[in-house]
Amino acid sequence: MDLKQLYQDIILDHGKSPRNFGKCAGYNSEAKGYNPLCGDLVQVYLKLNDKKKVEDLTFEGSGCAISMASASIMTDLVKGKSCEVAKKIINAFLKMIKSSSEMKSNDLDNDQITKIMSLSGVKQFPMRIKCATLSWHTLISAMEGKKEEVNTEVID
Amino acid sequence: MKIENIKSQFPIFSQKINGKPLVYLDSSNSSQKPISVIKRLNDFYKNEFSNIGRSIHSLAVNATNKFEETRMSVKNFINAKSIDEIIFTKNATESMNLVATTFGQQNIEKGDEILVTELEHHSNYVPWHFLRERKGAIIKFAPINEDGDIITDELKKLITSKTKIVAVTHLSNVTGTIVPIKEIVEIAHKKNVPVLVDGCQAVPHIKVDVTDLDCDFYAFSGHKVYGPTGVGVLYAKKKWLEKLPPYIGGGAMISEVKKDKIVYTSPPEKYESGTMPTAEVIAFRESIKFMESIGMDNLIKHEDKIKNYALEKLRKINSVKIIGNPKNKAGVIAFTIQGIHPHDIATILDDDGVAIRAGHHCCQILHEKLNLTATARASIGVYNNKDDIDMLCKAINNCKKIFD
Repeated sequence: MDLKQLYQDIILDHGKSPRNFGKCAGYNSEAKGYNPLCGDLVQVYLKLNDKKKVEDLTFEGSGCAISMASASIMTDLVKGKSCEVAKKIINAFLKMIKSSSEMKSNDLDNDQITKIMSLSGVKQFPMRIKCATLSWHTLISAMEGKKEEVNTEVID
Repeated sequence: MKIENIKSQFPIFSQKINGKPLVYLDSSNSSQKPISVIKRLNDFYKNEFSNIGRSIHSLAVNATNKFEETRMSVKNFINAKSIDEIIFTKNATESMNLVATTFGQQNIEKGDEILVTELEHHSNYVPWHFLRERKGAIIKFAPINEDGDIITDELKKLITSKTKIVAVTHLSNVTGTIVPIKEIVEIAHKKNVPVLVDGCQAVPHIKVDVTDLDCDFYAFSGHKVYGPTGVGVLYAKKKWLEKLPPYIGGGAMISEVKKDKIVYTSPPEKYESGTMPTAEVIAFRESIKFMESIGMDNLIKHEDKIKNYALEKLRKINSVKIIGNPKNKAGVIAFTIQGIHPHDIATILDDDGVAIRAGHHCCQILHEKLNLTATARASIGVYNNKDDIDMLCKAINNCKKIFD
């Protein structure tokens, strides 16, 4: 994908008007992620109901357009899913961004896959992959109720 | 060779990046290599290769002589008093680690103070931090003002009876500040405190005369001076090299080895254990020849012209902010663009063939002081011209359009 196109799509769509930005009411788990190389900072707020379903998911933070857009897309796609399905989506995304050429998931529709694939352009810039994965790792941390901050220089 | 035509000596500029001519503005990170350096590396491996200092066959003798010729060239280039004061390392980072480790081992105890500055690259802070961890030393930071100049009066006040060494950069890799080293050395020496200078950014861009500066240690890397990677230099006054303990143990640094006793050899070999980057050191001589063929006066004049042109043009672009405004500034220009993260700037500029760096440039202390997480940085080398700056500005405007 053409890089400028990637930027244009992501920035116009998510960077400028991020979805689910702010603290959601009644969140029962939160986690913080930090990318010391860029200074990207993401805070994820998760509301899980009794049936382990993601009832609400929001984020706050600051950083580069890729990290913000990725967080925005993530919250959009994961909201409403069960914890189990959410983890599958996260793993499929991390696999796609790190090694695979496509995104395989039975839990997302074609539109959603297209949306997530708009981030695949960062693959040609290994230095920027951490920007794209930061919020996803942070969400895992929130789901697992981990206390320590996610640091992109420590995780894989 | 006219300085305007110097690009033709660098083969890398004959290729395209993302279909565009390469505009390389990342020389503070590492410089490109002239054909003479590349050719020398190739020729040495092809026709002359041997290890140095061990065997007595013809190839070994030739390689050893060539290796020592580079030492002589470096000595002359930075005006050291003796070739024995020039140690080859793998890079400036290793040079500074060598000093911190050996000097620290011998001279630093719990509660002793090490004075660095807020401008320092991590390589002139982290090695001292090891002494804070291992020996309980205290690290103090000489502050900078908002222009990015070290406040020398404050630095003076921070030298106490506990201060064992002052470690300071000659030229900031973020603000481009040219630090008045001579003045700082005078201040420190009046209190009998030795000074280590990180000369990584200075050696390729300004005149360096270690005898005139009178510093105790001076570290720099070959790869920033249009030379190969894998070559670093440590200049140290002979009295220190004789007095300090060795750093890396092994072959070449010993004169006698018994089961109960080891005698070390004299400097510089005392600090050059194991097989050295032979080809790279030998090819590094061509880098110095390259610098000398241009002449430092011409080089400085040229880079100043390009820097001033860049500053003037960048200042005219709305929302671009240049970081630091030091009294003497070299061609290192860190900047931010309002509303665009530096990493996004670097990625988008790359698409136009413009290579800059983004991040904290291994200077997190400085960025924290300036209340920034990251900056974009365009840094000038001898091959850059006004067209490169025009292209930089055009790419910045393209980048801004995406975010508008």
